[in-house]
Amino acid sequence: MRKTIRSAFVRSVPVMAGYVVLGIGFGILLKKAGYGLFWSFLMGLTIYAGSMQYVGVSLLTSGASLITVALTTLMVNARHLFYGLTMIGKYEGAGKKKPYMIFALTDETYSLLCDGQAPEGVDRHWYGFFVSLFDQCYWVLGCVLGSLVGEVLSFDTAGIDFSMTALFVTVFVEQWLTAKDHRPALLGLVCSVACLLIFGPGSFLIPTMISVTVVSLLLRRTLGGGGYDR
Amino acid sequence: MIDSYALAAVAVMAAVTAALRFLPFLVFNGKRSVPKVVRYLGAVLPYSTMAMLVVYCLKDVSFGGLSGWVPAAVSVAAVVLLHVWKRNTLLSIIGGTVCYMVLIRVMM
Repeated sequence: MRKTIRSAFVRSVPVMAGYVVLGIGFGILLKKAGYGLFWSFLMGLTIYAGSMQYVGVSLLTSGASLITVALTTLMVNARHLFYGLTMIGKYEGAGKKKPYMIFALTDETYSLLCDGQAPEGVDRHWYGFFVSLFDQCYWVLGCVLGSLVGEVLSFDTAGIDFSMTALFVTVFVEQWLTAKDHRPALLGLVCSVACLLIFGPGSFLIPTMISVTVVSLLLRRTLGGGGYDR
Repeated sequence: MIDSYALAAVAVMAAVTAALRFLPFLVFNGKRSVPKVVRYLGAVLPYSTMAMLVVYCLKDVSFGGLSGWVPAAVSVAAVVLLHVWKRNTLLSIIGGTVCYMVLIRVMM
């Protein structure tokens, strides 16, 4: 077991820096929005989805309706369906560890475990379980640290909320560089800007999500040809 | 005092996220095959959603005066360039945020 924990820890190290730093950023934002340590810890523990928690801060501060909160979460995290689909076989037989492993399947954990391999002589389910657990520990640690940092920060932090914009632009660019087909990204851009102009900043999210989904379904034939419809 | 709205919102976010993570395991447990339309949406939507989130973050940028939009525009460009150049997520985020924090002070 010690060997399993050790190799899981080694595997999780690359995620550590990213999770702690992004968690700190989240904790600071949430603190500045008026929600302290309890909330930061609670969200890191129960939601445990990086980009959604960042979006969550602005949903909370804008007092978005619970319907908007639910639909936004649905869209922002829809990709998790896809992770689940590819992990069904790999998590088979994980027993009591399985529910936690499914709950903790974030982008980063997925990227570490999607090959379904474990080092020689190591139980792959315990290995996957500990990689998942270590990753969440880093994230919760970051959230808590960020909240504490936000509490003692005395200098003017105006503009630190741009870290959320920067995070999404970074993911957008990363997706752009790796995707073969840029039409889904462009479709998202066109629908959001159009809905923003029509419905205004306060209520454009839901129309955007609906129009993106409808247009994607209508264009299924065309877009499906680009290798999506596997 | 417990902020019951925030508690409800966090619960909704947690529940929907968990549902998305559990759903594939509950529905398609080896027996049923995944409908093509679900796979298709799962593959396409992440790209559109990220574009939506970028627009969401920039929704309050005003085009009234230079100081309203130049810091955001320059910092977004900085993030894009940094990321294309180094492909290092943390560097891109920290670089862009510092750039923005400096610009809004300089341009005030």
